[in-house]
Amino acid sequence: MVPTHGPQPPAEASQSQTPPPGRSVLSGDDISRALRRIAHEILERNKGADDLVILGIPARGVELAQRLGAALEQVEGRPVPVGTIDVTMYRDDLRRHPVRAAQPTTVPGDGIDDKVVVLVDDVLYSGRTVRAALDALGDLGRPRAVRLAVLVDRGHRELPIRADHVGKNLPTASSERVYVRLAEHDGTDEVRIGGPKEEQR
Amino acid sequence: MKHLLSAGDLSRDQTLAILDSATQMHDVQRREVKKLPALRGRTVVNLFFEDSTRTRSSFEIAGKWLSADVINVSAKGSSVSKGESLRDTVLTVASMGVDGLVIRHHASGAPAQVAQWVDAAVVNAGDGTHEHPTQALLDAYTMRQRLGDLDGARVAIVGDLTHSRVVRSNLLLLNTLGAKVTLVAPPTLMPSGIAEWSAAEGFATSYDLDEVIGEVDALMMLRVQRERMSGGYFPTPREYTVGYGLTRDRLRRLGPDAVICHPGPMNRGLEISAEAADEARSAILDQVSAGVAIRMSVLYHLLGGSGDE
Repeated sequence: MVPTHGPQPPAEASQSQTPPPGRSVLSGDDISRALRRIAHEILERNKGADDLVILGIPARGVELAQRLGAALEQVEGRPVPVGTIDVTMYRDDLRRHPVRAAQPTTVPGDGIDDKVVVLVDDVLYSGRTVRAALDALGDLGRPRAVRLAVLVDRGHRELPIRADHVGKNLPTASSERVYVRLAEHDGTDEVRIGGPKEEQR
Repeated sequence: MKHLLSAGDLSRDQTLAILDSATQMHDVQRREVKKLPALRGRTVVNLFFEDSTRTRSSFEIAGKWLSADVINVSAKGSSVSKGESLRDTVLTVASMGVDGLVIRHHASGAPAQVAQWVDAAVVNAGDGTHEHPTQALLDAYTMRQRLGDLDGARVAIVGDLTHSRVVRSNLLLLNTLGAKVTLVAPPTLMPSGIAEWSAAEGFATSYDLDEVIGEVDALMMLRVQRERMSGGYFPTPREYTVGYGLTRDRLRRLGPDAVICHPGPMNRGLEISAEAADEARSAILDQVSAGVAIRMSVLYHLLGGSGDE
């Protein structure tokens, strides 16, 4: 299930073949540059790649985590463990929606105990997904530190949560929708922002 | 999906969703903290009118690992033994504010009846000789782990078909998943009306295990339910083993990648030899381990969401 980053999903909308409505705010090149910069920020803050574990939140956080892992490896010259963490079972709105399918959680070999975990997601919005991810992490082990990297921070937080590394701060109205499209899912890399009217289906 | 009463209620998509979620639940089972918060605040009652160790305990663990509150009510030592009717027992339990009711009953159709009386989600955990859908789901899950997609897979279900509630559920579910099923049993243990049934559902039947055994991807050996038999189904246990047991000789003719399943508890030496039960092709322990994951997935799918499709 695609996490929603705006008022009511149409989750499929961001996966459809035709370009979603709205205007483009980040191009494919912008996305790669942002990820490269975030990789450098992570390494600078961590003073190298020691103990780093990158965990992507499904769906699009998983691909972003993999790309970030590749960027980190390019800079440091050695592989950085990348995994995924599913937060479905930890969401606070489970009972408000039809049943969501659980997604895989894969933690790299050495686990997360005493590691520096960097959570990766596409859009930071209410902060509720990140809260769920923090709870899920707690059941997997006890990291030394947890950091958050997002491609887009669109504001409108509902919880005291902030990102450590942001690809782009994108001021939005809460009625707008943010579409993150990645080659693995959508055939192309792009971030678009759409108005409320276009939601009518 | 409000209840799980019959394996036939599940569409292909629903079945695959339950099986896929079970894979994620299975991973949780291997973690140090085996707990998910998905059903926090929800209450599940296991209402067992018939003895069962593995089904009841796996439903109990499944509920607890999903953070539901689980209460076990067994017929023995409850007001049922004082003569209370099924309806009164169920309504009493349901009126306490129960979200899920897992029922095992000796009468076929009891869970379906109960589902009419209560608002709670009802799960059939085995009713008489009728159905046992979660067993069929975990069988399918185990076979999928070994064989991959079951579309077109050849599955033989062998043994005491008349007294088994697993057969019907397995047939329905395997049909939904596109497997080709053959039922094998001595004529005395073939259910009555099997000819019309097999024609309607599109499965094959055979009295000869040796004819079938070389041609299957999965072999499901059913327990000979001696406690349900009023006698006369076969002359001696030895004779049953010679005709329908998974013996050492038959084991040699089973394909190298075939899967051996058994819902348990096994009568070693009767329907299945000890060698067959313990060898590499046997998935019997996998089935037990999948039991909790499947039941977690079922409880999650019934109780985890808003109830809308």
